[in-house]
Amino acid sequence: MHHSDEYRLKVGLAEQLKGGVILDVTNAEQAVIAEKAGATSVMALERVPADIRKEGGVARMASISKIREIMAAVSIPVMAKVRIGHFTEARVLESLKVDYIDESEVLTPADEEHHVDKHAFRIPFVCGARNLGEALRRIAEGAAMIRTKGEAGSGNIVEAVRHMRTIQKEMKQLTVLGEEELATAAKNHQAPLDLIKIVAKTGKLPVPNFSAGGIATPADAALVMQLGAEAVFVGSGVFKSEDPERRARAIVKAATYFNDPEKLLEAHEDLGEPMRGIDIATLEETELMQTRGW
Amino acid sequence: MRTPPVTFPMNIGVLALQGDFEAHQRALEELGVKAFQVRSQADFERADALVMPGGESTTMLRILDEEKLEEPLLALAKAGKPILATCAGVILLARETRSPSQRCFGLLDVAVVRNGYGRQLDSSIRRLEPAPAAAGRLGSEPIECVFIRAPIICEAGPAVATLLADGDTPVLVEQGPILGITFHPELTSDRRIHQLFVDKVKASLQ
Repeated sequence: MHHSDEYRLKVGLAEQLKGGVILDVTNAEQAVIAEKAGATSVMALERVPADIRKEGGVARMASISKIREIMAAVSIPVMAKVRIGHFTEARVLESLKVDYIDESEVLTPADEEHHVDKHAFRIPFVCGARNLGEALRRIAEGAAMIRTKGEAGSGNIVEAVRHMRTIQKEMKQLTVLGEEELATAAKNHQAPLDLIKIVAKTGKLPVPNFSAGGIATPADAALVMQLGAEAVFVGSGVFKSEDPERRARAIVKAATYFNDPEKLLEAHEDLGEPMRGIDIATLEETELMQTRGW
Repeated sequence: MRTPPVTFPMNIGVLALQGDFEAHQRALEELGVKAFQVRSQADFERADALVMPGGESTTMLRILDEEKLEEPLLALAKAGKPILATCAGVILLARETRSPSQRCFGLLDVAVVRNGYGRQLDSSIRRLEPAPAAAGRLGSEPIECVFIRAPIICEAGPAVATLLADGDTPVLVEQGPILGITFHPELTSDRRIHQLFVDKVKASLQ
């Protein structure tokens, strides 16, 4: 597949973030802690998902002064979130020159039918997905990185595992289909045939595939990476824990040594208390963030 | 992709603490060289040569520090084993790092400005012609250079040769066994630079 230089640069930055941890931060002080702990990038936002869940109200793009303060504080890439479908919030962030935009289900959706046309932007986008079809629809719209959604702000890894396993399984299944079966697969996944064909051939998404939504411990990070995630996003899991700095360092270590039980044991020493977390089964359907977007 | 025969085995390690190390492994595999991932002292010790990939230099530096891997890295360099450093790798090997300043290993006699071009929107792909002196080894066809939040080499010592430059700015330099590259040859299909490195490794083993 031929790609424009612009799209290659978008995917290229995602490639550089592999094997690392992208941390949610709400101010410059937290951003510095994240960078020192070894995060590859920070996600600037007003409230972490756990607080958005607790406090309710409309969750929007973070304030510009907050994002600017975070951009000035660190040398690593800075990402920020826009509401699903809110292409003018995205234009504001593009003008601000953040490094990546997350069109995120964690914020209150602005459009319940349409996602942002991400090809229309020079700035790269990451989008959430719960299955292969959703991932490929976002890639077709121009996303240069996919993250499985999990359930943000829950501190519970179960949804992140479900979504990563689902995508991996659906990709594997495509690789054994005959050419004539792929059109039907595209119909069933509600995804473009050209992207279905690429996955059938390579067994992988054409862009990096990261994991998010519920990672609270080093072992959680290692778990999703063993299941196929190429990097992890950690939201509330760090700054809602007892010792954020230590936990951030431990999760960074786990992202590098996800296949090394000795190192994972080291990462779990003296960690302090994790965030409390929520049993997903106790959430009402309307409280789920992962069902936002299609 | 055609796979040329490997004339003799070589153990090229790719530093795999963070970053696009798998892209380097794939690039080397296309040249018939099976590279392994380096995450421990033992891995460093069995490497005949090292690739330092792109990624975040702050992340790699912290893990090198915490896992006490700086010494094995310096030992590998001191033994004169070839190193291919791209982007973040150049920042780690430099003599001096600016904007902001950051600890570096002084193995490559250059000063670098981190994120020298600016933020991601200032990233670019440029087609640059190898310096005439390097044409024998790199050919004269332009090389596609993918700069992603790349550093800029702002000073280079007398022992540093520039093989490829963007105007006055060196983007591919050589100092003895070390190749320092501020862009990402692993993200293109042109394998001339990895071939140059494999040739250096071969020569170092003969």
